[in-house]
Amino acid sequence: MKRLLSGNEAFAIGAWEAGIKFASSYPGTPATEILENIAKFKEVKVEWAPNEKVALEAVIGASFSGVRAIASMKHVGLNVASDPFMTLSYTGVNGGIAIVVSDDPGLYSSQNEQDTRNYVRSAKIPALEPSDSQEAYEYIKLAFKISEEYDTPTLVRSTTRISHTKTVVEVKGIREEIQKELSRDPAKWVMLPAFAYERHIFVLERFKKLQALSEEIDLNRIEIRDRKLGFITSGVCYQYVKEAFPEASVLKLGMIYPLPKKKILEFSNMVDEIFVVEELDPFLETEIKAMGIEVKGKGFIPEFGELNVDVLKKALDKNYKPKYISFTDIPKRPPTLCPGCPHRGVFVALKRAKVFVFGDIGCYTLGALKPLSSMDSCICMGAGVSMVHGATSSGMKKVVAVIGDSTFLHTGINSLLDIAYNRSSSTVIILDNGTTAMTGRQPHPGTGEKADGTPTTKVLPEEIAKAFGIERIKIVDPYEIKKLVEVIKEEVEAEEPSVIITRAPCTLISRESKRPLKINEEKCILCKSCLNVGCMAIFYDGKKVSIDEVLCKGCTICAQVCPKEAIETP
Amino acid sequence: MKFDLVIVGVGGQGVLLASEILSEVALSKGYDVKKSEIHGMAQRGGSVFSFVRIGEKVYSPIIPLGSADLMLAFEELEALRYVQYLKPSARVILNRQRIMPITVLSGEAKYPNDVFERLIEHFEVYSIEGLALAKELKDARLTNVILLGYLASRFLPWEKNIWLKVLLERVPERFREQNLRAFEVGWNYGEG
Repeated sequence: MKRLLSGNEAFAIGAWEAGIKFASSYPGTPATEILENIAKFKEVKVEWAPNEKVALEAVIGASFSGVRAIASMKHVGLNVASDPFMTLSYTGVNGGIAIVVSDDPGLYSSQNEQDTRNYVRSAKIPALEPSDSQEAYEYIKLAFKISEEYDTPTLVRSTTRISHTKTVVEVKGIREEIQKELSRDPAKWVMLPAFAYERHIFVLERFKKLQALSEEIDLNRIEIRDRKLGFITSGVCYQYVKEAFPEASVLKLGMIYPLPKKKILEFSNMVDEIFVVEELDPFLETEIKAMGIEVKGKGFIPEFGELNVDVLKKALDKNYKPKYISFTDIPKRPPTLCPGCPHRGVFVALKRAKVFVFGDIGCYTLGALKPLSSMDSCICMGAGVSMVHGATSSGMKKVVAVIGDSTFLHTGINSLLDIAYNRSSSTVIILDNGTTAMTGRQPHPGTGEKADGTPTTKVLPEEIAKAFGIERIKIVDPYEIKKLVEVIKEEVEAEEPSVIITRAPCTLISRESKRPLKINEEKCILCKSCLNVGCMAIFYDGKKVSIDEVLCKGCTICAQVCPKEAIETP
Repeated sequence: MKFDLVIVGVGGQGVLLASEILSEVALSKGYDVKKSEIHGMAQRGGSVFSFVRIGEKVYSPIIPLGSADLMLAFEELEALRYVQYLKPSARVILNRQRIMPITVLSGEAKYPNDVFERLIEHFEVYSIEGLALAKELKDARLTNVILLGYLASRFLPWEKNIWLKVLLERVPERFREQNLRAFEVGWNYGEG
C-alpha cells in the first residue's frame, strides 16, 4: 500500500515490521516523532527515558534479553549516550539494535551543527543513510539484520530534511517475529580490560567484514550517465544532485560506513571529475581521499548549513544565477514564548533582579531573544546548573541557572547534586511547567504519565533537592513578578545552595483560560513597557496599544509591568 | 505534470494541515509527492512554510529558487518573505490577514503596508478574506479549510469529491460538518 510518510514515520513502521519489542528515546527535534509513531503499535514497549544515555542502555538490556530494540535521538542526544555507545560497539548485541540519530544541518532547532558520522568512525560500527522515506523504511529493517549478523549495533543517520519530509512509501505491513535465546557470556558482555582487549580485536575483524558487505550491498550503487562529471553522495544530498545535475553519473551511498573502497575506485575510473556532495563535515571526502582517490568537495561545497539544488549549482558554476524576485526589508518573525506562557514572568523578573542567567535547552531558551533578553549562556542540557556552580565557586555573584522540569530530570539533576555536594551558594530556578514543551508536550518522570499515556509515579524536583541536602527550597507562582523578584534577590544573596521552583502548567496543556485583558486608553500613557514582555497578544499600531482578545490568556504579566495600571481585567 | 507549491503562514494557522491534505490528494491521483517543512522551534509563533512538490518523479524536497508555480499565503508578511521560491508570473493566493510579528509589536520593525501592491507587480495575485469568511461561520480556525477549498476550486485540476474524501479522513468526526461547510465556502468563492 502506498502511503505518504515522513522519514520519522517510516522509521517507526519499518522498525515495527522488523519485530522490535522495545523502544526508548528522549524527545529532541528532529527525532521526536520516531518514538511517538512507534507508540502507535501495541506490540512494542515504548518509553521516554530521562535522557538518551539511559534510553540506549535500556535498549542494550532489551537486546541482551533477546529482543530487537531501537533507540532514537537527535544528534546532540548521542553526545549524552556516547558512553554506552562506544562500548556497545565492543560487546555487540543479542537481539538486533538500531540507533537512529537525526542531525540538524541548518540548525532549525538545535544548539550546534555537529555531524553524527564522526561517531560511527570512532565506534567502528556500520552506518546507513536513507535519502527519502522509502529508504528510511527499508534501511531500518536492514539495520536490524546487519546488527544481528555482524554482532554490532547499527546506526541509521537521518537529517531534519529526511525526518520531516513526507514522501511516498510502499508499505508491506507485515511484522517479523524475532526472539533470540538468552545466554550467559561474560567474555562478550563484561567489559573488563582483559575481555575488552579481546573484543577490541573482534571489532577490528568485524570491521573488515563490514567493509566487504559495503562492497556488495545494493545500497551502494553506481548510476552511470555522462562520464565527464560524477558525484559521490548520500542521504538527502542524493536528491539535490539528481535534480541539479540529471545528466551526471552518481555513486549513491546508502551504507556510509565503512565505505566500499573498491566500488569508489571503480567509479573514479569511470568518470573524469568527481565531486563529493555531503552536508556538514567532509566525512566521505576525507575517507575517500585517504584511499588515495582524487575527489573535490568542501573547497566548493559549504561545510555548514543545509545544502539544496541552488547551492550545488552555484558551487559548480560561479555564474549560476537563478531568476527570482525577493524583498529585503521583511521584518523577522522569530519564535516567541506563547501568550500566557509561565516562563515569561520569570524572565521579566530576572531582568528586574539584574542577575546573570545561565540558561538551558527548551522553550525558555527563547528568553534570550529580544525583548526579554534575559539569558547569558546556553550550552547543552544541564550545563546551566553546572555552570552556576562553577561560577559561584569562582567568586561570581548575582547569578542564577534556569532549567526546565524535563531538562532538569534529563541531566540537570546531576549538576544539582554537584551544587549540593560541593556546597556552592548557587541558585537554581527550575521552571516547572509539567511537560517537555518545546518538542510537543511529551511526558517525563515528573509528570506522572508514561509515553503510552498510562499513569505512573511522579517525581517532584523539590523532593529531589531536599534529598540531596539542599535546605533553601522555594516554590513560587511564575505569574507573580513582584514576589519572584524578591525571592530571586534573596536567594542569590544566600550563602548556601538554593532552589526556586516556579510552578504553573504550560499554557498549551493548561485547560484553565482566564478572561482576556483590556487596555484602558484613558490611563495608558504609551510608555510601551507592556510591549517589552514580548507577548504576541499586545499590539502597538502607531497610535495606541491594544490587546488581541483571541490570543490573550489573561496571565496579567503585562498588567504587572504597567506603571499606570492601564491594563485591566474586564 | 510538475507542480510546485509553497504554503506559508504563521505557527498555529493550520498551514501544515492544508499542505497535508493537498499532498494526500496528489498521492491519490497517482503522483509522486514530497512535502517538506520545518517543525520544532519555528512553531512558537514563528514563520511556517511548507513545500509541496508534485510530479511524475520528484527529487529534491526543497523547491529551487524562482521555480514554484503557486503560493498559498495564509498571512501577508509571510507571502513577501518567501517570494524568492516563485517563478516569474507565478500565481499567489493571498489571504488578507496580518499577524504582527514580535519585532513589529515591540516597535523594532515596521509591517509593510503595501503587500498586495508589491506582489501584484510581479505575480498573478488572488486575494481572499479567509478570516472574515471563517468568522461568518463563527469559527476563525476554519480559515485554513476555506483557503484549501479556494485552492482546490480553480488552481488544481482535481475533482471536488477527492478533496472532500481526504478532508473527511483527516478531520475528527465531530468537526466534519463545519469543515465541509468551510471547504464549500472556499470552493464557491473560487466559482464566483
